[in-house]
Amino acid sequence: MIAEVEEKLVCYHCGDECPDDSIAFEDKHFCCHGCQTVFEILQDNNLCAYYDLNNNAGISLKSKNFEGKYSYLDERDIVAQLLDYQSGELSKVTFYVPAVHCSSCVWLLENFNKVKKGVITSRLNFIKKELSLSYNPVEVSLKEIVELLATLGYEPLLNLESSDKPQQKNTAQRSLILKIGVVGFCMGNIMMMSFPEYFHLDLKNSIDATYQKFFLYFNFMLSLPVFFYGAYDYLNGAWISIKENFKKTTDVFSVDIPIAVAIITLYGRSIYETFVNNSAGYYDSLAGLVFFLLVGKWMQQITYNYLSFERNYKSYFPLAVKVLRGNAESFMNVMELKKGDTIFIHHQELIPADAIISKGKGMIDYSFVTGESDPLSKNVGDILFAGGRQKGERLELIVQKPVSQSYLTQLWNNEAFMKEKVMPTTELANLFSKYFTAITFTIATIAGVYWAFFEPSLFWNSITAVLMVACPCALTLSMPFTMSTTMAIFGRNKFYVKNQGVIQLLNEVNEIAFDKTGTLTESNSEKVIFIGSELSEFEQKLVKTLTMQSAHPLSKMIANSLNIKEFKALPIVYFQEFQGEGIEASIAENLVRLGKGGFVKSALNKEVKHTHSFLEINGILIGYFVVETVYRKNWQTILTNLSKSFTLFILSGDNDADKDKLGPYFKENAVHFKQKPQDKLNFINQEQQKGNHVLMIGDGLNDAGALRQSNVGIAISEDIKVFSPACDAILDASKFGQLADFLKFSKTSLNIVKASFVLSLVYNFIGIGWAVTGELSPVLAAIFMPLSSISVVLFAVGLTHLFARFRKL
Amino acid sequence: MSIILFLAIAAILVAGGFLGAFIWATKDGQYDDTYTPSVRMLFDNPVQSPESKKKKDE
Repeated sequence: MIAEVEEKLVCYHCGDECPDDSIAFEDKHFCCHGCQTVFEILQDNNLCAYYDLNNNAGISLKSKNFEGKYSYLDERDIVAQLLDYQSGELSKVTFYVPAVHCSSCVWLLENFNKVKKGVITSRLNFIKKELSLSYNPVEVSLKEIVELLATLGYEPLLNLESSDKPQQKNTAQRSLILKIGVVGFCMGNIMMMSFPEYFHLDLKNSIDATYQKFFLYFNFMLSLPVFFYGAYDYLNGAWISIKENFKKTTDVFSVDIPIAVAIITLYGRSIYETFVNNSAGYYDSLAGLVFFLLVGKWMQQITYNYLSFERNYKSYFPLAVKVLRGNAESFMNVMELKKGDTIFIHHQELIPADAIISKGKGMIDYSFVTGESDPLSKNVGDILFAGGRQKGERLELIVQKPVSQSYLTQLWNNEAFMKEKVMPTTELANLFSKYFTAITFTIATIAGVYWAFFEPSLFWNSITAVLMVACPCALTLSMPFTMSTTMAIFGRNKFYVKNQGVIQLLNEVNEIAFDKTGTLTESNSEKVIFIGSELSEFEQKLVKTLTMQSAHPLSKMIANSLNIKEFKALPIVYFQEFQGEGIEASIAENLVRLGKGGFVKSALNKEVKHTHSFLEINGILIGYFVVETVYRKNWQTILTNLSKSFTLFILSGDNDADKDKLGPYFKENAVHFKQKPQDKLNFINQEQQKGNHVLMIGDGLNDAGALRQSNVGIAISEDIKVFSPACDAILDASKFGQLADFLKFSKTSLNIVKASFVLSLVYNFIGIGWAVTGELSPVLAAIFMPLSSISVVLFAVGLTHLFARFRKL
Repeated sequence: MSIILFLAIAAILVAGGFLGAFIWATKDGQYDDTYTPSVRMLFDNPVQSPESKKKKDE
């Protein structure tokens, strides 16, 4: 018997399944005309290697429609705001292209100059998904470039933020890499020049002694950049901390101070040994120490380049809007809108400023701003707040307030947005450093006093040796290495924290506040369910036939929710749609009516909180369809688990329809509905005043204030690359269930840091044991100091990985 | 034996040359994007004309 295998037709471009074989070109099938167009463009330009690199590499273009979307790029002023550089025949621009995902993308985009005449060069940064283009504005316009990119599936992300152009060239990271390079160079060469010393030159031999001097001075020369360039940040940091302590502006005793003490002592003693005693100094230990410190610092800086944790309303707002000036319509940057301007908003466009409707009927979706899931109907004369999305016909609006002062954007004027969140990256080490320094100085003094009485020649030797060997190098290294390992482990599990400080902050959390829409519920997954007596197959057919006649979104949803095998529409005698009320039809000799309570007479006094629609067949009320949002998988178990160790809250902008559903998992008075963005922020502030550390989890702009105010703000996102408001961490929605594991693991990693602190203290005591006897030779120091640092780092990193495996993270 | 002094200085000069190259590369932005070049080098480009090969100087 031959099993019948149904051959699936797969789109040659994007790999999606083709609905039928109607769209074919040569011997290739495509799922839609968009994909076919891209293929033709690539073939015409001899770029089909795109498909050789990865099978079905393309981006599906089915739901894309950008007709007229980029008309604003015809406006000179707006183009000028986007360009990095502009001259007569050369313009440079950088786009953020979120769709970049594989090597084919790199290949195609870097060959973009072959697709579009006038484009001179194009270069892609894959990690940051940034495409830098230079083109000749005489030959090609920016609009054409953007439209072609969008046609190919690489639609650049253009929003209000794009016109800001931060121009940040990561100079901080570059200078750190430079320092590591230079200090590494010096370290290697100092060690090489110290080799004769390690093997004991015979100083009594006059020839050897000459060389000895040569090597010593050479090492001194090499150590200059280490001390003055490589260690500058530590010396400077210590100096600032000392000054602040004297001024009493802070009582934090920076960990830079004991480090600087060790560095200065090492350097001072080495110079003394070189020029006065003509014997070897501790240059190799010094260079090694600074090198390791810088590597630790570099680890601390590692972050996710391709994620943005700093977005504000600007990356959500459009770049330009159509404005009526005089009698002409033109595009204008939304930041330049003034009170009284007339603007036009089309279907699916965002309202950029608070405005009054002067023409048209609005169906405004505020879900991103307030969390309210149902679109609001607005008429001429109503005020619209910025941030809503129009669904339906074109609106004519009169601006009431400039963008920066609108109801929504005012949130960003709150003081929570003015100051940077304090990140306790080195707080733990700073806590130690006060005692550490005190103890070190005490031991040094005791050793000094002891030798002053018994063997005065060892006085300076022992004091400096103690200060040198008691450097908290291992102490400062264990933190960044453990935390960056933890960050990598979290990243592997799709939980992306902004920096290492966030992991420490996670430890202190004792309260968790959830947003509802998009956080506890899945975003964009609304489900229609029918409540009432079960529908027979015939009744289902009736309803489906009826709803297929209407273009109303709810009708479409109901039609899609009814799955009937081999469905054929029943004959319709009469159909009428009553705007905003309902629909009715006579189908197969049945009068079917579907709509609001007032429209369906038999359901006059019923009340349903969600979006709903009553069904009446032949004058009898059957029941109603209601739109429900789908909660995330296992949300009950997650909440039950978390409530054991944290106090939980709900801060939702939505109405209280789900109150009963959520009630059992929260304490009384912990569930708050109808919260405005400002209310959420205030609530968290209030809890913090009580001394609580609050973790906020949200997804939209309406949570932005709360995310910012909270100790740790986590943005949950279905697609981490697209949009999330400013936050401290981004959690992939699929990993929502593991939240408790992440919180627990952050505690573990902090404990690992503490354990490695203890280990490094043990090393310090061994070192000090040698030092107080005045026996610390340069060779011993050169071996002991790096060895202790490396072993502490290995201990911390290894233990973190071990625990992660153990916890199945 | 004094040849050893000459050797040591020569060694440092050679190493210094590499250090210079490293500093140059860093300042040129070579370490800003450490991933894309690894993808880029895998593409063969049979029909590339010499003019378009000129990559832009950032």
